[in-house]
Formats: sequence, structure tokens, C-alpha cells
Amino acid sequence: MSEATHAHAVHRDDFGARLGMWLFLVTEMVLFGGLFIAYSYMRSKYPAEFHHAGAELNATLGITNTLVLLTSSLTVVLAIVAIQRGDKRKTMAFLATTLGLGLVFLVIKSFEWATKFHHGLYPNSAHLATLPHGEQVFFGLYFTMTGLHGLHVIAGLSVLGYMLRMVAKGEITQDRYVHLENGGLYWHLVDVIWIFLLPLFYLAA
Amino acid sequence: MSDHSLASPEHAGDHGVEHPGYGTFVKVWLALVVLTGLLVLMSHFGQSFAVWGLLILTPIKAGLVFYFFMHLKYEGALLKGVVLVTLGTLLIFFALLFSDVAFR
Repeated sequence: MSEATHAHAVHRDDFGARLGMWLFLVTEMVLFGGLFIAYSYMRSKYPAEFHHAGAELNATLGITNTLVLLTSSLTVVLAIVAIQRGDKRKTMAFLATTLGLGLVFLVIKSFEWATKFHHGLYPNSAHLATLPHGEQVFFGLYFTMTGLHGLHVIAGLSVLGYMLRMVAKGEITQDRYVHLENGGLYWHLVDVIWIFLLPLFYLAA
Repeated sequence: MSDHSLASPEHAGDHGVEHPGYGTFVKVWLALVVLTGLLVLMSHFGQSFAVWGLLILTPIKAGLVFYFFMHLKYEGALLKGVVLVTLGTLLIFFALLFSDVAFR
């Protein structure tokens, strides 16, 4: 009885998988959305302090990291085009490029934070306590939001690293690549969040 | 939904539409880079330009990523609806907060 049905027992629902991923991404959007609302309120309360504190940030590093992340998003979506065409070699090359660019982002970010720490700017530092209240709020939001985003970059890199392994082992193929699509969706959301962080902290403050 | 036995490589998968090629996404990436350049340029003309750049260009950039890179263009009404309802909810929270702040 069970032998005959065994071959048909594998349930597959790619749309359901993508819907599930999107529902998770929606919770992420609300998580960061709450922080964006907090930023907007604090900025309207302390416009001068936000302007002054924002000038401390290195816009060149912020812009460079934007270009790095945008390009890494492109290579993920190109990896999906490649797997749709059954080109395993290109899929792996594009994914490896994304992983490399994600690491570049983290290295730049760590240099940026290290400079801030060097200037005595880190959560609960003695120097920070001497600054006006509005600037303390600015750096609080800066470390919270870019830090939470950084954790998402690390999570995304782990997911995409695993996807690369799955492609290599032939577990992601031309006719079954929903894992790669969902991993890519996560990475693009991380990119979208950074698209908002750049002007909020580096340009318009 | 779609007949898999008839699916050619271009029609593989369950999207039911032809998959876009490399070129489409490279063009979208170029647009994103140009918009980023414009955003940076606007921020050099002073605070109010920077804020307008943020309010206009950033949602366009996010929209391009959602629509093309995240394949929303090729998804059905349900997935599009899920995203729109979320953005609408955030907008309502935003409006509620600032309607309170503005009249203090």
C-alpha cells in the first residue's frame, strides 16, 4: 500500500514557499519601519543636533557601501537568471561575487565603527554623555539601526553561503530553485533597508 | 496552473510568465546607481534639497528593488497585496504619530 504512494509523497508548493518568505519579510519591514518612525520623530524634535551629529559621519563610506550592496543585489538576481537557464557554473560565480561584496560591506562598516569608537563615540561612552541630548539620541539610533542592519547582513551571508553549497551539491537546480529565490529575497530586503539608512544618516542629516 | 509538460526552458518554474534575462536586471541596477548619484548630488545643495531627495528618490529606489529584483512584477495579486497592506499600515502609524506631534 505504502510502496505505490511513496513516489508521490513529496509535496511541493513553490508559491507557498515564496508567500511564507514574504510574510516573514513583512515582519522585518515592520521591525525596521518602527525604527524609521522613531528616527523621524526624534529628528523633528532635535533638528539642529541631528544636523551637527550627522556631519560626524563619513558620507563617502556610506555611499561606497550603498554601491557595494546594490551590486551584490544585482549579482543575486543574476544568479537566479543563470539557474533558470541551467548554467550551474555562472550561478555559483554570481553567488560567490555576492558573498564577496557582502564581506566588503562588513569590512567597510567595521572600519567606520572603529573610527567612531576611536573618537569616543560608542553606546554608553563617557564622551557621548557630555554631548547634547539630541546628539546622544542620534548616535543611539545610528548604532541601533546600522547594527541591526549589520546583523542582517551577516545572517544573509550565512543563508547565501548555504545556497552556494546547495547549488554545488546539485540540490538547487534549473527546475527547483525556490530556496535560492527566497535567500535572494532576504538579501534584497537587507539592500532596501540600507537604501533608506544612507540618506537618513549620511546625507540628509 | 501552468502545464509543466509543455514548459520550455524559458517557461520553466511556476511563474507562468517568461523569465526576464540578464539585461533587464543590469538596466535596473544602472537606474539604481544613477538615482544614488542624484541623491548624493541633491544633498550638496543644502538641507531642504537633501530631504526632498530622501522623500522622493529613496522610495523610487526601494520600489525598483521590490518590483524587479524581488520579482514582485512577476507575482500575483496576493503577494503584491501583502506588501501594500504592510506599507499602508506603516504609513498609518506614521500619520498617527505626526498628527499627534503636530498639534502639541
